[in-house]
Order: sequence, then C-alpha cells, then structure tokens
Amino acid sequence: MKKIDFASYIKKYGIFLALVILVVYFTSVSDVFLTPSNLFNVARQVSFLGIAAVGMTFTLLLGGIDLSIGSIISLVNVVCASLMVKNGMSPFAACVISLVMSTILGFLNGWAIANIGIPPIIVTLCAMTIWEGVAYILSKGLPIFGFPASFSVIGQGYLGVVPVPVIIMVFILIIGSVILNKTYFGRYFYAVGGNEDAAFLSGIIVKRVKYLAYTLSGFFAGVAGIVILSRTNSGQALAGKGFEFSVLTAIALGGVSVNGGVGKVFNIVAGVFIIGVLTNGLVIMNVSQYVQLVIKGLVLFAAVAFDMLQKDGKLDFGKRKI
Amino acid sequence: MQNENPILELKNVSKRYPGVVALNNVSLSIKTGEVHALIGENGAGKSTLVKCCSGAIKPSEGKITLNNEEFTDLTPELSEKKGLAVIYQEFNLINELSVAENVFLGRAIRKNGVFLDMKAMVEETRKIFEQLHIKINPNEVVKNLTVGYQQMVEIAKALSLDAKIIFMDEPSASLTTTEVQDLFRVVEKLKKTGVTIIYISHRLEEVFQLCDRITVLRDGESIETLNVKETNQRKLIELMVGREFTETFPPKTKSITDEVVLDVKNLSGNGVNDISFQVKKGEILGFGGLIGAGRTEMAELLFGVESYEKGNILLNQKKLITKNPEVVINQGVAYVSEDRKQKGALLDIDIRENIAISILKKISRFSIVDEKKEDLLAKQYMDQLSIKAPSFKQKVKNLSGGNQQKVVLGKCLSPKPDLIILDEPTRGIDVGAKYEIYKLIIEMVEQGKGVILISSEMEELMGISDRILVLSGGKITGELMREEFSQEKILEYASLNLGE
Repeated sequence: MKKIDFASYIKKYGIFLALVILVVYFTSVSDVFLTPSNLFNVARQVSFLGIAAVGMTFTLLLGGIDLSIGSIISLVNVVCASLMVKNGMSPFAACVISLVMSTILGFLNGWAIANIGIPPIIVTLCAMTIWEGVAYILSKGLPIFGFPASFSVIGQGYLGVVPVPVIIMVFILIIGSVILNKTYFGRYFYAVGGNEDAAFLSGIIVKRVKYLAYTLSGFFAGVAGIVILSRTNSGQALAGKGFEFSVLTAIALGGVSVNGGVGKVFNIVAGVFIIGVLTNGLVIMNVSQYVQLVIKGLVLFAAVAFDMLQKDGKLDFGKRKI
Repeated sequence: MQNENPILELKNVSKRYPGVVALNNVSLSIKTGEVHALIGENGAGKSTLVKCCSGAIKPSEGKITLNNEEFTDLTPELSEKKGLAVIYQEFNLINELSVAENVFLGRAIRKNGVFLDMKAMVEETRKIFEQLHIKINPNEVVKNLTVGYQQMVEIAKALSLDAKIIFMDEPSASLTTTEVQDLFRVVEKLKKTGVTIIYISHRLEEVFQLCDRITVLRDGESIETLNVKETNQRKLIELMVGREFTETFPPKTKSITDEVVLDVKNLSGNGVNDISFQVKKGEILGFGGLIGAGRTEMAELLFGVESYEKGNILLNQKKLITKNPEVVINQGVAYVSEDRKQKGALLDIDIRENIAISILKKISRFSIVDEKKEDLLAKQYMDQLSIKAPSFKQKVKNLSGGNQQKVVLGKCLSPKPDLIILDEPTRGIDVGAKYEIYKLIIEMVEQGKGVILISSEMEELMGISDRILVLSGGKITGELMREEFSQEKILEYASLNLGE
C-alpha cells in the first residue's frame, strides 16, 4: 500500500510541490530571489490577492462566483480616498464607512442571487459593471491623493521586518480558515455547495448561507481595497480592474472546485504564492510582461487540467473504492 | 427461439482495482434467446461485469466470446457493432430532442449526405414501436415522456442498432406497476424475436416472472447459475447473502401505545386533498399507492418543503410550524427522502459531518463546532446503525448504497425526532442491508417514536407496517389493519379515485 500513500500525498500537497519546484528553480537562476527582503516583497505583493481570495472562496464553495470583487475594490478606493481628502474624515472613520459599504454591496449580490434566483455569474457581472461606472462617476476619472500620513501604515508600514499588509493577510487567512473548518456555518458552505437540495432537507436554510457568502466576499474585497489604497497612496477608479480574475486564478490553482463543495484555505495560500513567486521570479529574470501573461495562463491551465484528469481517474494513482 | 448455442461467454474474467478485486475468475455462458437474470447484493460485481462485456472497462484477465468471436480488447464501439447494447439505470437520452432524434442520435439518417432526413428517422422509429406494440409518438420531445416510456425509447435505440444482446440494469427500479407490466410485455416480445436479454434486478419476484435462468454473483464471484424452475426466492437470497436467511422481516415485540404523536386534520395543498390521520407512538403507519398518488407530496407538506393551503398539523398536541425544514427538524420531525443521491446523503462530505449536520448549530459554542461531541455522535451512530466504513472520515460517496442510506438515517436520528417519515427507505439497496434497515425502523418505534413509511414495495409495506393507508389522487382511499393486509386490496384502493 506504499504506492497509494505516495499518491494521496501528491493529490493533497501537489500544489505545494509545485510551489517548492518554482522556488528552487528561481533560486538556482537568481542570487537575489531567495533573500529575506525579496521574500517579504513577494508576500507583500500577494497580500491583496490573499485577502480577496478568502471571500471569493466562500462563493466558489457554493458553486457560485463573485466577479464584482475588482469593481468593489475600485469603488472602495475612490470612496475611502474622497472621504479622507474631500470630506476631511479621519482614516479610521473613512475605513469603517468603506467597509460597511463594501459589505452592503456584497449583501446586495446575495439578495439578487438567493431571493430573485439570478445566476451568480450574471448578478456579479452586473454589479461589476455598475460599481465600476459609479467609481468613475464619483472620481470623474481622476486620481485622488493627499491622505493623512497615518493612513499609509496599512499598506506601507512594517512591524519589525514584516510588512503590515502581510500581517493583515495572515490574519484574514486565519479567519477564513477558522470559519471554514471550525464554525458550523463554514460547514454549511460545503454542504450547500455539494448538494443544495440535500442540504435544505437537512435543515440548512440555503438562502441564508448564500447571503452570508456574498456578504463576506464583499467585506473582504473592501479590506483588500483599503490595503491597496494605502499601498498606492492614490484613489483610482481603475484600482481593482481585472482583479477578480487574478483572484480566480489563485483560487483555482489552490484547488477550489468551480463546481462547488471542494476547497481548503490552506491550499489557496499556495495558489496565491505561486502567482506571487512566478511574477516576482519572472521579473527578476527580466522576462517581458507579455511573456509573463502567457506563462501564467499556461500554469493555470496545467493546474486545473491536472485536477480534472486526476478526478476522472485518467491519472490513476491509487483510486480506491470501498 | 431459444437454443443451446451461447451468444455470450465469459471465461475466467477477473477485474482488479488497487486494493479491491471487483470480479474474481467469473465464467458465465448466456444462451441465445434466453432472458438471463443477474442478481447479487450491491458491490457483488454486477456492474463491473456489464462494463467488461460492453468494453467500458478492460478486464485484468480472461476472455469474452461474443457470437463465437473471442475478444480480449473490447471497446464500447466494437461491442455495439457486434450487437451488444446496455440500458443503464440512468438513461442516455437528450431531454430536449424528439424521440426519433434520440433513437438515431449520433448516426442520423441523412439526405444527400448533409441534411437530416427526419421523415425517414420518424418512420424507422415508428416501425420499431409498432413491432413492440408500444404507442409513442416519434415526434414527441423526450422530456414530456414518463420514465417508463423513456425506457422504451432506450430499448428502441438498442433495436435500431440491431442489438442481439441487451443488458438491462435495474430496468424496473423507477417504474410504476403498470409501466413494469409494459416492460415485461416488451421483454417477452424481444425474446420471441430472438433477442437475448440480461436482466439485472434487485426484485426477485420479477426475476421469477420473467427469466429463464439466473446467475447469482457475490463478492465478485459467480456463485451459481440456476434454472428458474428449480429454485425459489429463499434459496436465491441465501446464495446472494451467503448465509441462511430465515426471516425477511424482523419481529416486533412491543405494541403500539395510545398516545398520539402526529395528528393531521384536513390537510390540503401540493396535490394533497383533504387528508386526515393520526400516528401513535410506537406505530409504523404505512402509506401505499401508485407513483404520483400524493404520498411524497404529503411528506413535503409535513416537513415544510412545501406549504399547505388548508388544514392543521399537531405534533405531540402542539401545532407544528412548517415554515422550513429547519424549524420542523427542531420540533422533532425527521424525513428520509426517496431520492438518496439527490436529496438524502451529502455525498461530498464525510460520514461524521453528515450525521451531525442537522444539529451542528446545537453542538457549537460561539459558532465553533465542538468536534469532540461531533466525533462521539458519529461513533455512536456508526455503531448503532452498523455503518461499514474504515472510519467516520470516509466520504459518503465512497460507501455502498446500503451504507449511504444508513448514514442518511443517522443524520435524521441525531436530532432525536419523535416522528420519522421514511420515503422509500430501501430503494436500490441490497437484501442484507434492507433487513438491517427494517431492524432499525423497528428499534425506532420500540423507543416510542412514530414512523410514517411510504413504500411502493408491497412486501415491505405489508411486512413491517402496523396499519396501511392507501392514497390515490391525493386522497386517502382506504385503510387496512394488519390482519386485513393483502396486495389485492391495496392495489384496489390505489386505483380508486383515478381519472376523476
């Protein structure tokens, strides 16, 4: 039975293996890659991704998706920046209002999906378009800058040697992991994502679970939006453009099934870091941006293809039926 | 049309998966033109055998002879060409297309090599149905047909391929009594035209009614091939289970109390029409009737899946609030759906999580699940229900049908209900597991719970119910006490009130 054990390890930790291979490769071709300062750099670059990924994961577990993440980030950018610069609000108050707003936007997605019954991809596509438009209207397309100095801590500060955004990401990943593994409503995500009807008949109020997933996704997008704003020091209506697809890439790499019901926060961390390491390593190696896109697309394709083949039993390592 | 020449022969066929032997050295010979039953418990290797014959999987060892041609490398395309067709439990039909289009799916008749010749396809399909004496309009869209007719479309598809051997996997499992009679007629017709049928079924009565010979599989081995005339049900069950089987239904010791657990008055809605009845503590109340009689619909009203228009439901003398299943469960009612895979078990999560799911909130503090309690609960119910699995961390989809159903029962029992509604609780599970489930039902009522048993299997209904209500057209058309039970009476009541 040795073979089977080995196989199930690959299945479980294959994504980490891929990450290690990448790290080893970049270390071998570059002297600067494996230095503490560069590694923290990578972690800081992916922190926004990691934060937003937790929220999107909830929606994917339900078999849904949240395409509005990027636009919510843009809107939070513009609103939070305006509140501080134009209304003279304190960074704390501006952040709280922005987070409340992003949470409500998420809740609205949940409402349209659970109560009207529109497919998630359509609802969040509408939301993505609408909030992007609102962000442009509010900002008139111009960047907003000149924040109080204290605000920059969130995106640019350090606690010892560790960048603050990395600490925020770790904190949010832990919250996500606790929700999914330890709380009863986290378990509901898996149950509903696996089979809505059976979950309903088991006494789970499916609508409520959907509300929760999209609301949380909105909230975490808001957090990511604030961190990005602080990092870039300027509020822009295109801050989050296309961000939802980077998040989706990271999550898919982390093995969350787009059909719902399957996924672990632990693996998403690896997915997020693969993107970070790949981007950083390719930049260090001076690979052109355009080639980077091609490579990233291929990596995602390979990861999902591997997952599918392995599920179909076409890569038959140690599949056992009982 | 039967003759002694074998049309299909298996010689020492084995199929091994890592860690499991699905088929072990099976030899089998099917005569041309016979109806041959293949029976065995779930996991006995029936499906594997079918798949080896059709080429869907490759045997690890052994030879398959089809029409005097020997094969070691069968593929589905090749077996189809050699006249072998399989009708699976889940049909391979495209619901949005017409009957004729389905019959000729993937090999449409064409005009000038490009355009579909619908006329010719419709005509061909009509001919096949005429031959079978079945009235189906070839232009009808498949989704508008009943399950029984959809099956006939599958059979027509096989015949249009000029199939000489047809495997039927549990063909009667989802059919009504009349549909089953239609199916039997068609099988007889096919037999007369020289088609060989291999009939896989859990229902032994059918096997005796329909088949010439029977092969019993157990644990991947072919145990015995018998002539129908030289055997009986008990003998077959013994061969399937591998031990002596004295009783089909376990005995019940305690009697029914006078306390009423459920009191339903004039319930209407969701296709149910003015139903009133009571369930007492310790009672198994059976519900008989044809499919569509309103039994499942009634269960949905009681469990809060659908809301009722009129009437009153009292549970333990208190009004039952039926806003949604969650509140109904919390008031002490459990429901096992007839559709285990779609509405019963949560297949993608493990046994432990299934058992605890309905009381997860209650065993949580500050939203955090108390995993120790959860583990204890899982262990308790795995023991009590004798769920066979390496551990409670096994995903439910990897269990056999019987064990899956036991997990569903565990899920229902964990909130400690007073009333349990069982809708076809033994559908599609094997004889051994059935007996265990009956024992569990009886244990439940002996603990003072009330049970509503909805079943289309007459023997089961009469075997363990204390009283039977028969529904037809959403109304109660008859009540039978235990001493009055008979299949004829139930059927008589079940066909009252029809066509009104």
